[in-house]
Amino acid sequence: MKDSHYDVAIIGAGMSGLAAGIRLAHFGRKVCIFERHNAPGGLNSFYSIAGRKYDVGLHALTNYVAPGIKGTPLGKLLRQLRIEREEFALCPQKRSRIAFRDFSLAFTNDFAVLDGEVATKFPHQADGWRALVQAVRTHDDVSLDAQPISARAVVARHLSDPLLIDMIFCPLMYYGSAQERDMEFGQFVIMFKALFLEGFARPLEGVRVIIRVLLEKFREAGGERRMKCGVARIVEERGRVGRLILDDGEEITATQIISSIGFPETMRLCDPPQTDAAERNTGVLSYAEIISVLHREPASFGWGDDTIVFFNDSERFDYSRAADPVDLRSGVICLPNNFVYGAGHLPEGIFRVTCLANFDYWAHLPELEYQAEKLRWFDAITRSARRFLPLVDDEVLASARLATDMFTPRTIRKFTGHLNGAIYGAPRKSRNGRTHLDNLYLCGTDQGFLGIVGAMLSGISMANYHVLQGSAPKV
Amino acid sequence: MTKDNCKKLVIDIISDIAPDEDLSSIKPEIRLRDQLQLDSMDFLDIVMELRKRHGIEVPEADYGQLASLESCAEYLTPKFIAKS
Repeated sequence: MKDSHYDVAIIGAGMSGLAAGIRLAHFGRKVCIFERHNAPGGLNSFYSIAGRKYDVGLHALTNYVAPGIKGTPLGKLLRQLRIEREEFALCPQKRSRIAFRDFSLAFTNDFAVLDGEVATKFPHQADGWRALVQAVRTHDDVSLDAQPISARAVVARHLSDPLLIDMIFCPLMYYGSAQERDMEFGQFVIMFKALFLEGFARPLEGVRVIIRVLLEKFREAGGERRMKCGVARIVEERGRVGRLILDDGEEITATQIISSIGFPETMRLCDPPQTDAAERNTGVLSYAEIISVLHREPASFGWGDDTIVFFNDSERFDYSRAADPVDLRSGVICLPNNFVYGAGHLPEGIFRVTCLANFDYWAHLPELEYQAEKLRWFDAITRSARRFLPLVDDEVLASARLATDMFTPRTIRKFTGHLNGAIYGAPRKSRNGRTHLDNLYLCGTDQGFLGIVGAMLSGISMANYHVLQGSAPKV
Repeated sequence: MTKDNCKKLVIDIISDIAPDEDLSSIKPEIRLRDQLQLDSMDFLDIVMELRKRHGIEVPEADYGQLASLESCAEYLTPKFIAKS
């Protein structure tokens, strides 16, 4: 008979679930990861169409620091997972920009660049800026029991120019905020460090390199993984998880359960269901992304300097649920060719743009209309983003295009299971990962460490905190 | 098992946990924290690797004994001998 009891069951084979799994398997726990899809990676996965490889989610890995710089999240995660730096094969960005109408701030993996830009372009804010950076540097952002405070309120103590405030918030919100218009200050600090004090990098072959390393470590450590095998119900017995019922009806038991699929998504699996708790904390921010594959390098259009461009054309940057099918006022351009790959290079040019989008609109379109609307908005998003890049003729760009793809909030819901297509999950995070059930914990997006480095650290922290630390020695 | 063997086993563990640290010139009497960038997560890993590799238990109350290489050897060598 199959032994279906585990020390720990992990729901979801994304970055956080895999990282938690590696820690637990390495230290001798009998652990199994249950993943509903056939591909691992969760919110940061990959796919192929017509022999061409695409990344989902990952524009750039944040938290990048050069070799030799210690005590940052990237170094912590490599140590904790026994991964050698070279295995991720990270290549740093060239330069990124925050572009608001005709005003722009450049930043690179050297914080002095952004610091200098702010000092030159906002001289009247220089003192406040220094104080804000100091507040960020000294904030304890890994505390698991911090009380939430408004980042807008903290930033307003230091900065008064709304343009500068909006320009600083824009990248931080786009790369991780599940909350509309404001962020919790702890989240702001995590993102500020991840983007500005640290920086961007990417493996030449994209996110699959990172996932491959994680899968290999997990397998070597003796972890078990069941793909196309989601958890359908989490059955409560006397205030604890008694058993899990899988999609195929099989029942398994586990001493502890770590769910990476999101807070409301986890609450909805509970039996009895926690519908109210789920509804009170479900994200509303979703996105659309377009990808153009080109037979030329973006540099040949004069687009060779920018790695990521965060753009906005409205008077005040408005990070909120899109009223239109896609909010064209702001967005993020990613040119994956523009990382410093050394000898290697991507075989084709890639131009990606992400904008806020309205889940309800895209979710309810009949299939034919859905396809037609994707085409229409593909062009609109492309036009909107190109305003912030050097001018290229429409025909020149169109004739360079080899393939296109687009995802909408509907795609996100389908492949990640996130309610409302909310990539960044629930607006209120559970930093200590605890739930209403004694042996059920959250990790990943809704625990609240952000970005893919943050996601992996989240899995590590929750595995350490709830399972490995202070646990009875294994006999 | 001599104290020197014991120190070597501890260094082996640290080199796997923190491959980015230079361990060639560690001074045995000085606290590891003062010479290397090791945080509490790393010390937890030293304890867990001792258990995993050598079956040696270090109760939480004794974590302070692992402060320097010398104190590690002092504290762990008898445990290694008892095991063998």
